[in-house]
Amino acid sequence: MRARYLVPTIYIIFLLLPIYWLLNMSFKTTNEILGGFTLWPHSFTLENYRTIFTDPTWYNGYIASIEYVVINTILSVAVALPAAYAFSRYRFLGDKHLFFWLLTNRMAPPAVFALPFYQLYSAVGLFDTPWAVALAHTLFNIPLAVWILEGFMSGVPKELDETAYVDGYSFWHFFIRIFMPTIAAGIGVACFFCFMFSWVELLLAKTLTSVAAKPIAALMTKTASTSGYQLGLLAAAGSLTLIPGAVVIYFVRNYIAKGFALGRV
Amino acid sequence: MRKTANQLGWLFVLPVVALVAFNAVIPLMTVVNYSVQESFGDNVFFWSGVRWFQEILTSSRFHEALLRQILFTAIVLAIEIPLGLAIALAMPRRGPWVSVCLVLMALPLLIPWNVVGAMWNIMALPEIGLLGKAINALGITYNYTRQPVAAWFTIVLMDVWHWTSLVVLLCFAGLVSIPDAYYQAARIDAARPWAVFRYIQLPKLRYVLTIAILLRFMDSFMIYTEVVVLTGGGPGNSTTFLSIDLVKTALGQFDLGPAAAMSIVYFLIILLLSWLFYTLMTRNEAK
Repeated sequence: MRARYLVPTIYIIFLLLPIYWLLNMSFKTTNEILGGFTLWPHSFTLENYRTIFTDPTWYNGYIASIEYVVINTILSVAVALPAAYAFSRYRFLGDKHLFFWLLTNRMAPPAVFALPFYQLYSAVGLFDTPWAVALAHTLFNIPLAVWILEGFMSGVPKELDETAYVDGYSFWHFFIRIFMPTIAAGIGVACFFCFMFSWVELLLAKTLTSVAAKPIAALMTKTASTSGYQLGLLAAAGSLTLIPGAVVIYFVRNYIAKGFALGRV
Repeated sequence: MRKTANQLGWLFVLPVVALVAFNAVIPLMTVVNYSVQESFGDNVFFWSGVRWFQEILTSSRFHEALLRQILFTAIVLAIEIPLGLAIALAMPRRGPWVSVCLVLMALPLLIPWNVVGAMWNIMALPEIGLLGKAINALGITYNYTRQPVAAWFTIVLMDVWHWTSLVVLLCFAGLVSIPDAYYQAARIDAARPWAVFRYIQLPKLRYVLTIAILLRFMDSFMIYTEVVVLTGGGPGNSTTFLSIDLVKTALGQFDLGPAAAMSIVYFLIILLLSWLFYTLMTRNEAK
């Protein structure tokens, strides 16, 4: 082990400390938490997790979150695919302006949109459904998906398209059977990013839901503030929100670095 | 890549345009609408011209929030960009440890933002938090709910924890894409590590660093959830950044006019700075 690996090692330890502390708290009883400072749970308990898995308000929050994240990911990537193809292959009237306009939506602070979204989605009758959150999150996820996919598609030589047309493939046949498998890594990375940003965003998710579709993470802070300071329960709910993220990272681990560079390195 | 002129391209982008327009244009028009009108409730509106804009641009509350926001973004960028670059340079480039490092580093990026806030809340509690207890044990009085400096320190540390990995991952992607031939040439010339960094790695990293700075600038300028959960904008107003101030005005006090005017000014600042930075970086590249 060379000395320079010390830097990443220390950094990773720094990253893991708060996560460890959260897990540590989630396995403690309320008495132990309030009783004093302990580095690991002395009276180990699964009570906090049991509460979450048996109380429908808790686990429904979990289901609601997964629902809108999945809808959003599928929707964003599905519409971004043809758009990214057009941006990478064709020149058309206003293409550059359109691309920049899409990106400006990634720059829009969600706080600006909170109130108008609330009114818009109430007006169309989608308020408090997973669809409202999924659609609202496309605001920043579609531009991102288009950007990433365009990067990956531009890495595929155009000769591939032309050869396929010469061989008599129809456009959609080519696109679905040949082109999409070619950029499978890019699609995976785009899905990953849509999942990630939809999963972590909460200002809009919280504003657009009240009871039925309340995301787990929003439920968490609400519980903490209304029914006293249930730190153990809060920590357990927080720990459970780490799992989906860890699972999706595992799937894209080989493409993660290239993905964060938006497929352009 | 050479592109063919094909106006049918519009058909391909139509679904995207329709969806984003629904989500962006309608709400944005609502905001513009509110920003030039006065409301006394019951959906009765009166034209008020640029009054709200004048009020926002001269209000000391907005100035203070803007100043705090700029300070926060500057501190965070000054720490995260060099730190992320340094970590990426020190990381192994190949071998079984690379995946492990990348997966562990990406972990904070996938945690819901208010869980991040809650996590650091638990971490920094003076009595039972690891960080709070450790700092107090050193003999420094630390309580982030009472002392503005402690609150700022905790928020900056939280943001460094949360987002430095993004910079690391971007720089790492740039570094692995540099062909070995460059390093071999450097070895033949007996280049010192500093020269390798300055003349090979840094120029090759320009593109990823642009993205890193842009993303970190935009996202730190919009920070909301983590800070609200951790400090609620306090103590006092000491950590009330622009988004927090905006949500307080819009959803807390329901002052639609001022909130809408502020939204527009806020959005324009981000747009302008991002555009400026992006053009500067890409123009240098073209030369």
